[in-house]
Amino acid sequence: MSSTDTSMAAPESDQALGAQPPAEIARRFDEVLLSVDEISLSFGGVKALTGISFDIRKGEIRAIIGPNGAGKTSMLNVINGFYHPQEGTITYQGEVRKQMRPHRAAKQGIARTFQNVALFKGMSTLDNIMTGRLLKMKRNLFWQALYWGPNLKEEIEHREVCERIIDFLEIQSIRKTPVGRLPYGLQKRVELARALAMEPTLLLLDEPMAGMNVEEKEDMSRFVLDVNEEFGTTIALIEHDMGVVMDISDRVVVLDYGRKLADGTPDEVRGNQAVIDAYLGVSH
Amino acid sequence: MQTAAANTAQLDTFPKLLLHHARTRPSHPAVREKDLGIWQSWSWQESAAEVRALACGLASLGFARGDRIAIIGDNRPRLYWTMAAAQALGGVPVPLYQDSPAAELAFVIDHAEVRFAMAEDQEQVDKLLELRDQCPKLERIVFDDIRGLRNYHQGFLASFDAVTEAGRAFDRANPEFFETEVTKGKGTDTSILCYTSGTTGTPKGVVLTFNNVLVTARNAAEMECLTDKEEMLAYLPMAWVGDHIFSYAQSYVCGFCVSCPESGATVMHDLRELGPTYFFAPPRIFENILTNVMIRMEDAGRLKRWIFDSFMGVAQRSGVRLLNGEPVSLGDRLKYRLGELLVYGPLKNTLGLSRVRLAYTAGEAIGPDIFDFYRSLGVNLKQLYGSTEASVFIAIQPDGEIFADTVGKPAPEVEIRVAENGEVLFRSPGVFQEYFKSPEATENTKTEDGWVMTGDAGFFDEHGHLKIIDRAKDVGKLNDGSLFAPKYIENKLKFFPNIKEAVAFGDGRDFVCAFINIDLGALGNWAERRNIAYGSYQELAQNPEIYGIIKSHVEQVNKDLASDPKLSSSQIRRFLVLHKELDPDDGEMTRTRKVRRGVIAERYDALVDAFYSGQDHCRIESQVTFEDGRKGVLSADLKIMDAETYAPSARVAQAAE
Repeated sequence: MSSTDTSMAAPESDQALGAQPPAEIARRFDEVLLSVDEISLSFGGVKALTGISFDIRKGEIRAIIGPNGAGKTSMLNVINGFYHPQEGTITYQGEVRKQMRPHRAAKQGIARTFQNVALFKGMSTLDNIMTGRLLKMKRNLFWQALYWGPNLKEEIEHREVCERIIDFLEIQSIRKTPVGRLPYGLQKRVELARALAMEPTLLLLDEPMAGMNVEEKEDMSRFVLDVNEEFGTTIALIEHDMGVVMDISDRVVVLDYGRKLADGTPDEVRGNQAVIDAYLGVSH
Repeated sequence: MQTAAANTAQLDTFPKLLLHHARTRPSHPAVREKDLGIWQSWSWQESAAEVRALACGLASLGFARGDRIAIIGDNRPRLYWTMAAAQALGGVPVPLYQDSPAAELAFVIDHAEVRFAMAEDQEQVDKLLELRDQCPKLERIVFDDIRGLRNYHQGFLASFDAVTEAGRAFDRANPEFFETEVTKGKGTDTSILCYTSGTTGTPKGVVLTFNNVLVTARNAAEMECLTDKEEMLAYLPMAWVGDHIFSYAQSYVCGFCVSCPESGATVMHDLRELGPTYFFAPPRIFENILTNVMIRMEDAGRLKRWIFDSFMGVAQRSGVRLLNGEPVSLGDRLKYRLGELLVYGPLKNTLGLSRVRLAYTAGEAIGPDIFDFYRSLGVNLKQLYGSTEASVFIAIQPDGEIFADTVGKPAPEVEIRVAENGEVLFRSPGVFQEYFKSPEATENTKTEDGWVMTGDAGFFDEHGHLKIIDRAKDVGKLNDGSLFAPKYIENKLKFFPNIKEAVAFGDGRDFVCAFINIDLGALGNWAERRNIAYGSYQELAQNPEIYGIIKSHVEQVNKDLASDPKLSSSQIRRFLVLHKELDPDDGEMTRTRKVRRGVIAERYDALVDAFYSGQDHCRIESQVTFEDGRKGVLSADLKIMDAETYAPSARVAQAAE
């Protein structure tokens, strides 16, 4: 039907895809949300990133892949302002800047999850997700500490947003469970929920499926697709599972040793000789 | 005082009852659902309005009298309304098991000639789209939850909201339509087509009329004095006739409120919040609850454990007697009161059983320990015996006559007799009309004068209570000619919390052997506390210490069996612990989790041979089906262990039959 070959997809998703209109198969995105130009980052003598340029367009699912140590997480850290590149510029929503600051990035609608889950282990799932609303809360600590008062209405509104996300990610049964007691796959989901609670424009996911079994990965893929579809959130994700990446992303950028190897649709990337060499190794 | 059920006796269909409740108790809650963490409720009036809009919407899509609509999803108010809406139009709802794979659904949808389907969400819609080619009669799919379905643009798909919207417009244009359609309905019309999961062969569609369902539901409600104040949690599959009776028929008959849990995983939590007064659960759920309680008590501090143990002792001595209204000494009464304050009350509250006035269990035998545990806490747990073909109720234990090993006396207006071969037969107003499009199967089950063969072997004991021992066709003989009732033995094994499932072999053999499935919850916790490392179910199952535990359980069962003169030769000589859980997805169990003996015997014939050829281990490869339908192979080397058997004990069984 189209050039999209979803050989890695389970039969049922093939069916669903076939059932969709052609417009859905070749999704087009024109408006650039974020672009990085000639980014170079080094730690002392170690060059983590060298002259990287690519863009993330509004509404797409963008994957960043590469072998271990390729600089993927560094790239994500540059985007959300955790690392400051020595060279290059970042353009986010039309605004050019040399470097981001994490809190500014968060205020401007960039949310992220981490490779190794970074939740408040002693707090419940609900409370963890509520922390995602922190930037949206207007009242000060004093009012927040009181049950009655002007904060009550605000708290209810925030709670409702959180409840919608809980419903969306199907984690109702662990609402009140301390996060530390949850299995890893669920913790990942809670982390996604917290990022979603920020109602982000751009969502950065650092290996959302690492350490999951096939079933959990399928669930997570479904959630990522649903987030993109339901909320229109732009998603940039790092992932090692090639099947997942090729299945769910619209465009893929490949890094290796801090350099950009390739950039394009999953099919283009899959056929790229440099990418194949980087992953399978070449005899010297 | 008349019960709620008797007041509505002249109303002979569900839509008529619905309109009656909307008039007589408009603001009384009819249905609740927990959504976004908050219980949302709809009154009878609101429910009636929803049903009206949906019925008109379906009619505007072309749903006509006699059409069938498949309903597939978790328990949701909208799916229950779909039943009423279809019935209002003279249609027949066909509820389906929501966890069935597409291939299983295809058979039923095709066989029932379903034209419409109501699906809960994307998961179900995807399945229906997959099977559409095999079911040419399926014309339209309506879905409840739009999530993930925004980009499905096929013309035959419509959202629930769109249909009710169209329905309201249709209703404005034809204001008489809905009432006229409802009044056309008669008690003799088909009200529902329930497909039985079928331990053998393909599912059969049981045709029940309004009279079947309503009279049966009403009789039982009157016997148990149900009122419109009851609270019920609807959490068992809608496709199962029990849910249809408890959460739909009896709610419509009495006017009580039914609540739908937030999701399958939150049932226990929602149960606690809701505190139902009327509760049904199959034995395995009562078992799970008890296992969880025991696991948590073992982890509790010493003082708490001591309080728990000593008061549970009191409860065992006097709780059941108090519930049965038997005399209990003043000292024990006081101790029981104190226990209620310190242990039973808080425990029941945690489990959501504080307000339970009536609890039923059925479907399988329940362990006497489990049964007594709940009764000693003061929960009025009773057993009943029923089937889809009877619109559920065949026998119920009357208050004050509760025994762990019987299923009670015939329900109101039900006649029961035991045929010469030991098979139980019944006749009642609830007896089904026929198996849909299977006259042959109908003929084999139902006699000319209305007696239905249950396929269960049983007898009446000295109290006049019916006792079920096994499926009649499964009852066999050992080579020495003695009786072999596999289910009876398996149940005895399953009464141990560590054993989840068991399958016994012995028909036409020299002795009895058994497959065991361990309970991962109970034994996993046990292993954790003893620092026994295990990476998977398979590894834990083959652990020698686990084998030791299971062996002691098997030998305990053998001791029990030795004291029963009829069954003493059925003692389990050899057993093994299976490397995988028996699973409905692999066809080894039915959707209602009954063991499919034939399938298992065939699939694991190598293991059965190993039993009787004296090997002490055996290699087996078995296919497993993952949730997404892909298949994989699991291989393992299983140990076979011998168990002690005991000489038939001289102790005469005090419970003679």
